[in-house]
Amino acid sequence: MTATKKLGQQTFAFTNPPVISGAASVVGPKEGQGPLGKDFDVVLPDTLNGEQTWEKAERKMLKQSCQIAIQKANLTPQDIDFMMAGDLLNQIISANFTARDLAIPFIGLYGACSTMFEGLALGSMLVDGGFANYVLVSASSHYDTAERQYRFPIEMGVQRPMTAQWTVTGAGAVVVGTRGKGPAITHVTIGKVIDLGINDPNDMGSAMAPAAADTIIQHFKDTGRKPSDYDLIISGDLASIGRALTEQLVKQAGYDISKNFTDCGILIFDPAQDTHAGGSGCGCSAVVLAGYLLKEMTAGKFKRILGIGTGALLSPTSSFQGESIPGIGHAVVIDAYNLGG
Amino acid sequence: MPDDKMVPSDQVMQRILYQEMVTKTKPKPPVFRNVLGAFVIGGAICTVGQAFLKFFMSLGLAELDAGAATSATLVFIAAILTGLGVYDSIAKYGGAGTIVPITGFANSIVAPALEFRREGMIFGVGQRIFTLAGPVLAFGFVTAWLIGLIAYLFK
Repeated sequence: MTATKKLGQQTFAFTNPPVISGAASVVGPKEGQGPLGKDFDVVLPDTLNGEQTWEKAERKMLKQSCQIAIQKANLTPQDIDFMMAGDLLNQIISANFTARDLAIPFIGLYGACSTMFEGLALGSMLVDGGFANYVLVSASSHYDTAERQYRFPIEMGVQRPMTAQWTVTGAGAVVVGTRGKGPAITHVTIGKVIDLGINDPNDMGSAMAPAAADTIIQHFKDTGRKPSDYDLIISGDLASIGRALTEQLVKQAGYDISKNFTDCGILIFDPAQDTHAGGSGCGCSAVVLAGYLLKEMTAGKFKRILGIGTGALLSPTSSFQGESIPGIGHAVVIDAYNLGG
Repeated sequence: MPDDKMVPSDQVMQRILYQEMVTKTKPKPPVFRNVLGAFVIGGAICTVGQAFLKFFMSLGLAELDAGAATSATLVFIAAILTGLGVYDSIAKYGGAGTIVPITGFANSIVAPALEFRREGMIFGVGQRIFTLAGPVLAFGFVTAWLIGLIAYLFK
């Protein structure tokens, strides 16, 4: 038996493209004040979300996004065959504890900030492969939980460099399935871990850009498509510096994406919000996808998009031991061909 | 046989070229603004410290005792400002100007103490309180010991 759905080196084309029938986003107050504020389903009044700790606040947010997504797909948790989720905290506790509450067969994922797209790719494979009718994919991050794990206590007085990004407080969830109404996932390109030696944990955009570029280039090679075949090419959390670098790297390979390439981390915050390079975190691509991109696709603004979830695969331990930061990018093609128009 | 070390491999070359691209693309750090912020805010903290010193001396304390009282007062103020969530907002502009004075040391102890309170008093506050100040203390002790040794030898 050969892999009939494999296209070229790293891309997979679905025979029956899974449909995204429900999507939900829950964000913190700062994200709510950003340019996409009105697109999110729930904007929390504060980052503690009625809980005693930020970790609890994060998982409550993740759970709420999952529940709304299932509800929007007109389903109940019993209809979902698999839940795939991940987050940035050690041992992915936000996802694990949420899965405990929802009682859906669970596959925990860790792809750093690429988790949402990693989940979309795997979930779509399960659906197209005939293993599931519905898969719930979700991811979350929280500024305060990420800062204390990766950097400094919140009240510590430090000056953030211009390359630094701001971890998005937010959770996004989508339901992909064999049935339902919504845009479909037609292709995925699974990325390789790429490391070009960037070792500054305050500059993750530069660390991830080569991985994002590699996946984008490979996607064009595998599918024979060109940048103009997409209304929008959007990366997960490269932010302004990573976006600029990716554009240059992709150009070196002969593809010009300057006209239709942006990044979720650039869209989610306004420069006046003083986040420096832009947003980051699992929640960044998850909420922009669930809150903004899918809505605009349903509304007809974008017909076909190429989304690249990007992850910086570092840990505080590896950074302190002087290791460089490996990056990864997973690409997913979302197509609204089935919505008519 | 060519020497492998003389000719960079493709991978090494790729890394060098990428590093160049990153350097060109990255925004320059606002050095002038940072230096100015550190000077003004760091200077202001020191001026406040000097005012306290004069005040304590005017109350009749010897200079050495007045210095200790000044340090304690500054640490107290910085701890309160950290607790109120103000110190990190000042540090955003002050940079080194808020880290180097004794107020920065107070901030580096109070911030983790607040942060890890939720993990309990022993394994939270107790264990983590010196995570940031630890290196300052450790190398402070080493330096003090070395200076003590030099002073002893050349007395």
